[in-house]
Amino acid sequence: MLLEIDGLASHYGRIQALDGISLTVQEGEMVALVGANGAGKTTLLRCLSGVQPVSGGRIRFDGTDITRAAPERRVSLGIAQVPEGRQVFGPMSVEDNLRLGAYRRQGGAVAADMARMYDLFPVLFKKRELPAGTLSGGQQQMLAIARALMSAPRLLLLDEPSMGLAPLLVEEIFQVVRSLRDQGVTIFLVEQNAHAALALADRAYVLETGSVVIQGAGQALLADERVKAAYLGL
Amino acid sequence: MAELLQYLFAGLTSGAIYALAGLGFAIIYNASHVINFAQGEFIMIGGMATATLTAAGVPLPAAALAAMALTMLVGVALEKFAIEPARDADVVTIIIITIGASIFLRGAAQLVWDKEFHALAPFSGEDPIRVLGATLMPQSLWVVGVAMAVIAGLWWFFNRTLFGKAMLATSFNRLAAQLMGIGVKKVLMVSFALSAALGAIGGIVVTPIAFTNYEAGIMLGLKGFSAAVLGGLGNGMGAVVGGLIVGVAEALGAGYVSSAYKDAIAFVIILFVLFFMPNGLFGKKGVDRV
Ligand SMILES: Nc1ncnc2c1ncn2[C@@H]1O[C@H](COP(=O)(O)OP(=O)(O)OP(=O)(O)O)[C@@H](O)[C@H]1O
Ligand SMILES: [Mg+2]
Repeated sequence: MLLEIDGLASHYGRIQALDGISLTVQEGEMVALVGANGAGKTTLLRCLSGVQPVSGGRIRFDGTDITRAAPERRVSLGIAQVPEGRQVFGPMSVEDNLRLGAYRRQGGAVAADMARMYDLFPVLFKKRELPAGTLSGGQQQMLAIARALMSAPRLLLLDEPSMGLAPLLVEEIFQVVRSLRDQGVTIFLVEQNAHAALALADRAYVLETGSVVIQGAGQALLADERVKAAYLGL
Repeated sequence: MAELLQYLFAGLTSGAIYALAGLGFAIIYNASHVINFAQGEFIMIGGMATATLTAAGVPLPAAALAAMALTMLVGVALEKFAIEPARDADVVTIIIITIGASIFLRGAAQLVWDKEFHALAPFSGEDPIRVLGATLMPQSLWVVGVAMAVIAGLWWFFNRTLFGKAMLATSFNRLAAQLMGIGVKKVLMVSFALSAALGAIGGIVVTPIAFTNYEAGIMLGLKGFSAAVLGGLGNGMGAVVGGLIVGVAEALGAGYVSSAYKDAIAFVIILFVLFFMPNGLFGKKGVDRV
């Protein structure tokens, strides 16, 4: 098992945001996490990256307990996150953003990966010298994904990559996610766009106010009456 | 004309020192959003240590390096023992801690040294150079030259090295920097070491002109702060331009109005900027006010 979360809890002050979450992600799998606003999806990803205090439970990555590991250690182990709202380094060039994605790596492989990212996202190559902040929302999302891939991750965490994008761009982003999945990248995808996420995912979890309430195969959840009613607007 | 040139020489010399101090404020501000009011004490320690060591017979280059190392050690200790334990406190609390630290460092300097003024010989003699009727002291050239070299070195560090870029990235987006695996604790530590080194260098080159004592950091620190505020807090180029403007304004004010107002000019600039242009000359909009 690549990722094992067991009874995870997290608080903001006295507000409990996560209440005993248990879930797993296998190598090569694509797992989706859906849930309404404020369900705790972002909080869970922040806990996985080590930028949010854990108040109970355990996180294991490839057999190693990382519950209290520093964020940089987790990146070295192979956890990369594309955060909510993209969070590119706006005043810095596209190329610098990509290079910083590989901050914990050195050597020729970095340059090769940079070339690979430019192949994958030609628009980033065209704009490599420009400040990342001048890119459109969709392009910034591509950059955020490419930047995370630059760390050569074993697990890619995606937090609402389609948020705030026009429908055409949403489609494009999901194409990218699909092609990453087909290349064998292990993906944990958080989405409010439940339909698209469930259609792509091998397995999925539904989060409600800090707890997992439904889980199963992606296709099975698409057909689930409760999910249909609450998240698919059917 | 010769008079104006004379004032400009004086202004650019002190302006170069303020620019270095302003850069020190900017670097720490960028890493932590803290305004480090002990920046002036870094200048003082650099000057005092060099003056004492050379007086004891240590050659100037070795004394200067040792003084820089000592000041960087003080900077790192300040971060480790005063700032880091309070990192969950709000920024205003941490700024007050730095004011406390500056008072502590002045007290410590008084114990280690004394209350006397200490001098340092000019690096390459005292024969003035005549330029269009004005006189230029060789030490002024040292001050400006060293400041330019340091600024070029900083530019290279922040634009051409991966760690320098990581420090910049941390200032733009701390969360994203953490997610890239940038150790933000290390960034904070290095920012204090770097700012301390900048302060020490400024203190070393200015002491042959200005003398130094345990309190010498107060004014230099405040003027560096006004340089940083004028340029826009956290903007490196702004701190340099701000430093030069404060230095020249001060020299012109002292020359044409009255030297009694020399120190007041930096304060007038701070107040003017805070009231009328809180983002400074080059600062970005929406900086947190403290
Ligand atoms: N910085 C914070 N301080 C206090 N409470 C917070 C903070 N961030 C999130 N919360 C609370 O924690 C809970 C979970 O928030 P979280 O951001 O994880 O939800 P989410 O599922 O990602 O929502 P969204 O779909 O809007 O992104 C919410 O009740 C939210 O109000
Ligand atoms: Mg969220």
